[in-house]
Amino acid sequence: MRRVVVTGLGMVSPLGGDVETTWKNIIASKSGAATITRFDPTDYKCRIACEVKPKDHEYGYDPGLDVDHKIQRQVDLFIVFGISAASQALRDAGLDNMSEEERLRAGCSIGSGIGGLPGIESESLVLANKGPSRVSPHFVHGRLINLISGQVSIKYGLMGPNHAVVTACSTGAHSIGDAARMIAMDDADVMLAGGAESAICPIGIAGFAQARALSTNFNDTPEKASRPYDVNRDGFVMGEGAGVVVLEEYEHARKRGAKIYAEVIGYGLSGDAYHVTAPHPEGSGGFRSMQMALKKSGLSLDDIDYVNAHGTSTPLGDELELGAVKRLFGDHLSTMSMSSTKSAIGHLLGGAGAVESIFCILAMRDGIVPPTLNLDEPSESCKGVDLVPHVAKERKVRAVLNNSFGFGGTNASLIMKAI
Amino acid sequence: MSETADRVKKIVVEHLGVEAEKVTEDASFIDDLGADSLDIVELVMAFEEEFGVEIPDDAAEKIATVKDAIDYIDSKQ
Repeated sequence: MRRVVVTGLGMVSPLGGDVETTWKNIIASKSGAATITRFDPTDYKCRIACEVKPKDHEYGYDPGLDVDHKIQRQVDLFIVFGISAASQALRDAGLDNMSEEERLRAGCSIGSGIGGLPGIESESLVLANKGPSRVSPHFVHGRLINLISGQVSIKYGLMGPNHAVVTACSTGAHSIGDAARMIAMDDADVMLAGGAESAICPIGIAGFAQARALSTNFNDTPEKASRPYDVNRDGFVMGEGAGVVVLEEYEHARKRGAKIYAEVIGYGLSGDAYHVTAPHPEGSGGFRSMQMALKKSGLSLDDIDYVNAHGTSTPLGDELELGAVKRLFGDHLSTMSMSSTKSAIGHLLGGAGAVESIFCILAMRDGIVPPTLNLDEPSESCKGVDLVPHVAKERKVRAVLNNSFGFGGTNASLIMKAI
Repeated sequence: MSETADRVKKIVVEHLGVEAEKVTEDASFIDDLGADSLDIVELVMAFEEEFGVEIPDDAAEKIATVKDAIDYIDSKQ
């Protein structure tokens, strides 16, 4: 089987418009949460989110660096975030100027959980208030989930596989896992893989709040709201942004002398077959997903030093994931660290698995694991697990496990190691 | 420059993201300003909103340059 390595990283997040700014802020225990600014949230149960900051902010994002003004006007923000992250990743890999022959073997697998919800909402209002002849001609292709892959392939001339995963909050992890398999199966030599999301709009916040998924007890202290594993957690905080990695066949990367961040060695997927929003009461779906990734990786549990948890800060989900991790790791629990970076940037939904995979890679590169913020009072079941409360921790990280679980009972786990 | 021309050019700059100097009256939306057929549909909608006129599809198809748009709008006002 062909080996697959990561050679480029790109990111847009609530803590930065690029990878290094975000990482610096994550390690410094900053929070991206604040009162919602996109719309007036006064009448909403949840009035907070982790928004990507405007470009004049200390760690803001400038869409104009990589996305044409015209495209910015025509498409939803998740696509703009995705194009930016993909552009950064290609430049980081030194692959933003490939030959035609190389581009025939280079593709995209960048998905989203929800897609262009803000644009669907606003154009529906145009339709209702002004009639069908006022609906934008860019409405459809400005909202479709596969249009990050579409736009990026056009911008950079990538003629290989053009794909987009839609598996709710597992999207980012599935995208990377599926794209790695495309390279392993010889469908491509290079794949841009990841996920993006931007659903901080009235219908998005109202919908998730009605599903009882969002935190509502911390509207006056937004930075305290995302608190995975803490006894006072009460739901997730919506985030937005994008994460994209360049995956490359190992020999292809080695021959051109590319910087290699990590190797993707394990990928597991499973379904809960239980409930549309609630995880299986025994966490069995997540357990099987991790188990499959571990088996594929050929590693032993001793080799895994860091787990970036799904850990969304929901009462039920955190507990069940923790239980599944404890069952899987057993006696090896004491040597690994596990944290949830959603405590800092919120839940990026379809982007989560991708940005969190990047954090895993940076943890290996820098020998430091990011913290779980707001873990003031760990729940009973946290005993014996190093959840890296409050501050980042320096330690050797040789291999990492990243979990992502989504509505519909869809689970993905990725294992990567340094090489 | 007429008031119509000013307002048309402003809409073109905003929608197509081109520099104002490029939006001359002779400029072709597709050949000179990088528009595609859907961009023109969107521009026509913006003109209709801005000037309170209706531009039917057969008339819209004949609008190829900035001047075409200005002349059509002026003829309806």
